[in-house]
Amino acid sequence: MGRREESKTQQMLLGTLDMLILRTLITGAAHGHTIAHAIERTSDDVLEVEQGSLYPALHRLEDRGWVASYWGTSENNRKAKYYRLTAAGRKQLVVETGRWRKLVKAIGRILEPAK
Amino acid sequence: MSWRRFFHRSAEQAKLSEEIESYIAHEVDDNLARGMSREEARRQAYLKFGNPQRVLEEHWEWNTVALFDDVARDLRYARRTLWGHRGFSFVVMLVMAIGIGANTAMFTVVRSVLLKPLPFREPEHLVMLFERMTRGNFQYSFNVVAGGVFQHWQNEATAFEQMAAHGTSGYNLSGTGGQLPEKIEGTKCSWNLFSTLGVQPAYGRSFVTADDTPESNAVVVLSWSLWKRRFGGDPSIVGQDIVLDDQPWTVIGIMPAWFSYPDPETQVWTSIRHETTLAAMNALNNHQFWVVARLRAGVSREHALTELITIQERLSLEHPQTFALSNSANVGPLLDVLVFGYKAPLYMLLAATGCFLLIACLNLANLFVARCAARRKELAIRSALGGSRWRLIREQMVESIVLAVCGGTIGVGFAYLALRWLVNARQDIPRVDVIHMDAGVLWFGVVITLVSGMAAGFLPMVRVTSTRLLETLQEASRSFGGQNKAKLRKALLSAEVGLTMLLLISAGLLFKSYQRLRSVDLGCTTHNVLTLRLNLPKPRYAAAAKRTAFFEQVIATVRNLPGVEAAGMSVGVPGQGYMGDGSFAILEHAPLPPGEGQTAIKRAAEPGYFAAMDIPLLRGRTFYDNERLDRATSIIISERLARQFFPNEDPLGKHMRVNLTDHPVDYQVVGIIGDTRYLLTQEAKPTMYFPLASGIFGRATIVVRSKEDPTNLALPVQKLIAQIDPDLPVSDVLTMEQIIGNETLNASFDANLVMAFAGLSLLLAAVGLYGVLSYLVTQRTGEIGVRVALGAQRAQILRLILVDGLRPAAIGLIIGLAGSMGATRLIRNLLYGVKPLDAGIYMAVAVLLASAAAIACIQPAWSASRLNPVDALRAE
Repeated sequence: MGRREESKTQQMLLGTLDMLILRTLITGAAHGHTIAHAIERTSDDVLEVEQGSLYPALHRLEDRGWVASYWGTSENNRKAKYYRLTAAGRKQLVVETGRWRKLVKAIGRILEPAK
Repeated sequence: MSWRRFFHRSAEQAKLSEEIESYIAHEVDDNLARGMSREEARRQAYLKFGNPQRVLEEHWEWNTVALFDDVARDLRYARRTLWGHRGFSFVVMLVMAIGIGANTAMFTVVRSVLLKPLPFREPEHLVMLFERMTRGNFQYSFNVVAGGVFQHWQNEATAFEQMAAHGTSGYNLSGTGGQLPEKIEGTKCSWNLFSTLGVQPAYGRSFVTADDTPESNAVVVLSWSLWKRRFGGDPSIVGQDIVLDDQPWTVIGIMPAWFSYPDPETQVWTSIRHETTLAAMNALNNHQFWVVARLRAGVSREHALTELITIQERLSLEHPQTFALSNSANVGPLLDVLVFGYKAPLYMLLAATGCFLLIACLNLANLFVARCAARRKELAIRSALGGSRWRLIREQMVESIVLAVCGGTIGVGFAYLALRWLVNARQDIPRVDVIHMDAGVLWFGVVITLVSGMAAGFLPMVRVTSTRLLETLQEASRSFGGQNKAKLRKALLSAEVGLTMLLLISAGLLFKSYQRLRSVDLGCTTHNVLTLRLNLPKPRYAAAAKRTAFFEQVIATVRNLPGVEAAGMSVGVPGQGYMGDGSFAILEHAPLPPGEGQTAIKRAAEPGYFAAMDIPLLRGRTFYDNERLDRATSIIISERLARQFFPNEDPLGKHMRVNLTDHPVDYQVVGIIGDTRYLLTQEAKPTMYFPLASGIFGRATIVVRSKEDPTNLALPVQKLIAQIDPDLPVSDVLTMEQIIGNETLNASFDANLVMAFAGLSLLLAAVGLYGVLSYLVTQRTGEIGVRVALGAQRAQILRLILVDGLRPAAIGLIIGLAGSMGATRLIRNLLYGVKPLDAGIYMAVAVLLASAAAIACIQPAWSASRLNPVDALRAE
């Protein structure tokens, strides 16, 4: 079975989606739709969350114990599954952010060695 | 992936789909807020989300162990296919069960008997010591040890921690409390035998030095089974007396249940110095003891051997006059010595069962090839549509593994039953009591099951899934290219035929050898002869006159028994074994130089023995009835003795000086009788017969010849003896045929077992051949139709197909012949009177296999030649 073509520009760097989800949840519990929108809006629509990867990512995070979920009622009065950050998730976010910064710095040094 | 999600995949799916619905609903809400129409809002929402089904599918995959899922599906599929071909599946399973069962059983035996360490302390340090003679006319490399030599070794060798000697000694155990008297086997041993082996009695104590002198009190250690059987398993027997050979013996200990040394027959252990005359204990050339020793830690066998050889060289230099004093020695690991003679047959049987399993796997692979071939197009289409090759192979493998596992499960059951039978049937195998299936054996069963299942499933796929898809799809059955597609099948067939050939030839050789063995002429009659052994206890029969009187009374009453045609008595009958020799000097010859000697097997006979056994009297006469006790100075010699030691002269009337007791006696040769073999497999040796009536011998075998089944006489004869002496046990009540049967047990067992597997293999090979050819014919129906339509003769078609089927068989035959020539060398030592390259057997097997192949081929070839061209072409 062949892989589906994806728009390269919007493809997220592997592993960054998890980090972005965790970062989004720091402000409080949210359901899938809100999370996706938050990421898109905050990044000025540069990043588009692939729906196909959002749910697997959320479930993955849940399996690892970084987020917990519960069913609630949304602002639109609809039933929705909410995700909130756990203590372990908070720690993980710190780790991931640190690693991301290092990575960015390193890439920056390569791309603009003059600085 | 988490296991929770894996096992609750359906529930998880439902929740996810709810979550997705919720997302879409939110998106729709947003879109509505942006002012879209309801319809447009929904459309945009779905556009944005993409295909929810795909997300669901991905999620499902994410939560699945793909292999598990696939294998589960393959298993379902396999079950359907196998159930669909119930007959086929059942036969295959049965064949696999026999193959795996036989291998598991043989592996268990090999492991328990040959590989498992002896149950003694640090068994790797235990060795058996032997005498060796490298010069003179009396050479040997593994001889039992003389008492004097043992004492020298024990005192002088430093390589050993401990060294113990033991020999056999039988006893009459008197009955107590209404029990019958019984002849039991005993081992007389030096006091440190148990400590050398590193074992302790279960009750009581071991021997100590004080027990091991000629003057010691009579003390005995009992085996667990004797203690249970005769003394009710009562520990208070320790310290009490039992009666052996009419004398009281104090029981000092009882060995644990697992302990059987040197053999399972041993029921009591006694002290060697108490039971052996001082002269025999000190003699340097009276070879009669087994010597077991424990090597000091860090000392190698080679070093120990060097030390023993040094001692022997010195001894033989110091005593040049002593005849048959060994000049060298030999050392072997104890385990090897105990299982000597069983290693080669057991490994051979394991190899035979292994061959059979291999043939079974090849056959299964072959049948699978046939099925795959029938499904070629289906498989080609499937791979064209993206079915991966691995997927197709897996499907096949799962099917064959299912067959193997079912077969293996039944097979392990078979193995269990086979082992129970074997342990009963082959009590002669050393350590047979420790044979049992354990975890290691079960693992072996599991491994060979899986390996054979995988091999049988994998082989056929190698070709079928090869990449030339297009060719397969284009191929019409009318094309002539179909032939080389069967190459793999033919190769498998050749291998099968070759292996079958090897098995058949081995079986043939073993069978011929067994036949030879059975037809060996012992030198006496073996038909309708019953033998019974007697052992007169010393104290009651101390006087020679008493022994002679007893023997005479017994034989006279036995002769009068109705149904007895002839009866006789002797010490040692043909087939019973070597039973000792003696050296002699011929008075009419010049004395031999010092250190030289002449020996012959020692026998004693009562006058009617030779006639009763049909041993021909060649010259002279048998003993007279009045040659008794001191007047018993006649001797009868065997033909071979006459020829070897009286060349070119008449032995009758000559005198032989022999020392049977404490003084030499001069015997006059009065007769020459025919040669007899002491063992079936051994050439007759020079033998001298003394008069039994001399009263020197305390044991004898009664032989009774009758017109009909002699076993009917067993009870009457025993009753007669009981009337004369009620406390005298009779042992080894066997017909001559049984004596020979026991001796040929190993040979007949090997021959029959290998023959059984060879026969099954032949059947498998024939079935395989038939299958291949039938398949080829079906595949070439169109082609044959065209040929016939164009005028080909029936005979030509017949030949065409026959050649096609017989070629792989012929290749297999040649491979099998070549392989057998090499492999049968390995069983050279198991053959008696047959060469490993026996042309007759090779020819017979080749003819047998060729005819089996021809029979298997004739039906498909015949039906091909009868094809109606119109039908054949219409079948397209």
